[in-house]
Amino acid sequence: MSENTINITLRVWRQPNGHTPGKLVSYPVKDVSTDMSFLEMLDLLNEELTVKGEEPVAFDHDCREGICGMCGVVINGTPHGRGSSPVPTTTCQLHMRMFHDGDVITVEPWRARPFPVIKDLVVNRSAFDKIIQAGGFISVNTGAAPEAHAAPVPKLKADRAFDAATCIGCGACVAACPNHSGMLFTAAKITHLAMLPQGQPERHLRIKKMIGVHDALDFGGCTNIGECAAVCPKAIPLDVISQLNRDLISSLFTRDGK
Amino acid sequence: MAVTGLFLIFFLLFHMYGNLKMFLGQEVYDEYAHWLKVDAFVPIFPHGGFIWVFRAIVLAALALHIWSAITLWLRANKATESRYAVTTRLEQTYSSRMMRWGGVILAGFLLWHLYQFTLAPTNESPYAAVSEAFSQWYFVALYALWLIAVCMHVRHGFWSAFTTLGANTSAKAKLVLDGLAWIVAIAIYFGFILMPVAVLLGWIG
Repeated sequence: MSENTINITLRVWRQPNGHTPGKLVSYPVKDVSTDMSFLEMLDLLNEELTVKGEEPVAFDHDCREGICGMCGVVINGTPHGRGSSPVPTTTCQLHMRMFHDGDVITVEPWRARPFPVIKDLVVNRSAFDKIIQAGGFISVNTGAAPEAHAAPVPKLKADRAFDAATCIGCGACVAACPNHSGMLFTAAKITHLAMLPQGQPERHLRIKKMIGVHDALDFGGCTNIGECAAVCPKAIPLDVISQLNRDLISSLFTRDGK
Repeated sequence: MAVTGLFLIFFLLFHMYGNLKMFLGQEVYDEYAHWLKVDAFVPIFPHGGFIWVFRAIVLAALALHIWSAITLWLRANKATESRYAVTTRLEQTYSSRMMRWGGVILAGFLLWHLYQFTLAPTNESPYAAVSEAFSQWYFVALYALWLIAVCMHVRHGFWSAFTTLGANTSAKAKLVLDGLAWIVAIAIYFGFILMPVAVLLGWIG
């Protein structure tokens, strides 16, 4: 395989900690293989910075195969940086072949009050954990795994639950939303459990608790813009938000929901 | 937001129906206006009573709509810590982005519109007042521009209201709602602009 290399200029958000204001700093990065992933390119930059005795750029990452939800930066204004490509992606699965020689690439952290910057491109996303803790689970007695056929699930519902459950909680939806709403994330969790028999007993209580915490954490409100679904690396569709609204409305009329 | 918005769209469609009565001539139009303002549902309401109840309902819907919008706006501002240096929009439409400032513009024009035709009409006969207004080309042009803002607001608002009420259940439902929103917006545009253009061209009035 022939290897192409490009020279690019990165404009990276540098912020030493949450209390100090940050700024964009330009770094030229030379001889970047187009086969590299975006994160490998950042590794390259960090090696150079380390050799020069400068502080490397802090960024979150873990599996680097698009399934853990740990990585995520805003690249040229798009969370995860798929840009004009129709293929949804996480930052780690974005490759440098998407860019051209001489490109200036702006890299910023997720910007939303519920996701405060810890350092450079790393933000604290524990607000999502708090939403899950509020009700994104089912209460069951632990024990041996139940017989799989004991609780039949219709195929379409199983598929919808699975599609919603592919949410990796990366936070790109909040980063892309003009209102900084966490609605797509919350709705994916709601829809995942609402489609399955195990999720039914706490269905109406769950939604009120999760929405309550979502709002209390200062996420914005949803105005059905659609940017969230467009940047979602797992292509969670916007219709999960309508499912959430449906359940929220019906929870107002059920005693279980109070 | 959704419920009051849909009610206001319903009001717009009914308003459009009333406007189109201009094509039936002065007598029919003035009679319709008189019925609305004085005679409507008379045994149930006193003379001139219904219109005030109806106005109160529309104003309440408008007030609740604006209150919800301001609440959402403030929440969005509160959730914004700092702005991106670069923003690329993938999905959002111009009308969805203009819902807030567009709404402010609409409210401004609405005050003028109410002043001109309701608070200080230029003629006793509504038919004559409307004819006078729309026989000036610049007024028709301004009205046409205002309608574009109205219809953009309705286009996103219609789809968004049904989504908020839980009707966007699949990719197919999204297509249907989007299509319906376009149809309603375009119907409102032509339904409202037809009469002023007809007045300007001298077909009626």
